[in-house]
Amino acid sequence: MLELLRQLGRSGLQSLANLGRGHILLAGILLGLPSLVARPQLLLAQIFNVGVLSVLIIAVSGLFVGMVLGLQGYYVLSQFGAAQSLGVMVAASLVRELGPVVTALLVAGRAGSALTAEVGLMKATEQLSGLEMMAVDPVKRILTPRFFGGLVSMPLLAAMFSAIGVMGGWFVGVGLLGVDEGAYWGQLQAKIDFEEDVVNGVIKSIVFGFVVAWIALFQGYEAIPTSEGVSRATTRTVVHSALAVLGLDFVLTALMFGD
Amino acid sequence: MARTRTIEILVGAFMAAGIVALFFLAMRVSNLSASPGGDGYLLKARFDNVGSLKVRAPVTMAGVRVGRVESIAFDKGTYEALVTLRIEREYDNLPTDTFANVFTSGLLGEQYIGLDPGGSTDYLHDGDTVGHTQSALVLEQMIGQFLFNKAGESTQ
Repeated sequence: MLELLRQLGRSGLQSLANLGRGHILLAGILLGLPSLVARPQLLLAQIFNVGVLSVLIIAVSGLFVGMVLGLQGYYVLSQFGAAQSLGVMVAASLVRELGPVVTALLVAGRAGSALTAEVGLMKATEQLSGLEMMAVDPVKRILTPRFFGGLVSMPLLAAMFSAIGVMGGWFVGVGLLGVDEGAYWGQLQAKIDFEEDVVNGVIKSIVFGFVVAWIALFQGYEAIPTSEGVSRATTRTVVHSALAVLGLDFVLTALMFGD
Repeated sequence: MARTRTIEILVGAFMAAGIVALFFLAMRVSNLSASPGGDGYLLKARFDNVGSLKVRAPVTMAGVRVGRVESIAFDKGTYEALVTLRIEREYDNLPTDTFANVFTSGLLGEQYIGLDPGGSTDYLHDGDTVGHTQSALVLEQMIGQFLFNKAGESTQ
């Protein structure tokens, strides 16, 4: 009985300690911003890694998600004789929810896991210790550019996802199913609000970019420096990022659209 | 060096594409280009019943949107709904005897405010109250009245 309590207490203390180390690491990453401004080349390379290399998967997923929304939305809306509102349905679900959330999940899988593996392997092969030996702060030199690369890339990728998705919905709705072109764009522009929908979606994706990059770097930095440890850390990155993104999405939606 | 240059070009293209996508969402998808946002003057109108009128619902005149509903409040003193309308600045010649109705677009559509101009040569200014209003038609009341009349006819 007492042993059980002790187990519970230990796991509680451990997760608290993890949370604390995560925040200390985050503070270190953010404090590295001034030195990053002095060397923007590092940031560019990471935006390339996280952003540019993710464009293809984001564009293809966005196109197909938009096309599926067009098909399914048409099926339901035509039963109420409201197929004209297809554009609103497609755009609202993309801009508000699917754009930021699916992009964050894809980036966590595509780029977050790569960040964890990269940093974890650097630790396993003692490159991080090597940097420290040369009096270079590995947090500032390695983690900060990667963090801000993710933070900058995520909203841009989410915007691309939503824009391509709207075009996919347009392609299916107007091109294949015969929804009126004017009704698609007209209803869309009348019902989608810039501040309420678009800006809130961008805020969501910035928050998700922050969280996904933070989790990925923390898991990599704290990975047990063996091949097994790095593989576990990579798995944890994807799982924790997905859970954090979906949980945060509910909170953000409740705050933004809850009234 | 060539590789750095390629990366720079690709990152530049990526950021440009992201900004273009944002711009597309702002201009083509949302109504940013259509609404001046916060510009315009305010009118007040009191209704006995606003039905399910929502903030940001359109205010139309002859079917064309001339403004939006800014806020809806309950007046404790008169037991009326106090609706504030934001009319776009270019439509500054609404007569003082303008009539405000709460209409429904379609059978199941949203409610909006329709303005009918009066014949006065004096115009409404910022903060003025639209004197003549007509409340929302509540479907249950209409059906109730209809049934009541029918029942009255059949007993005669």
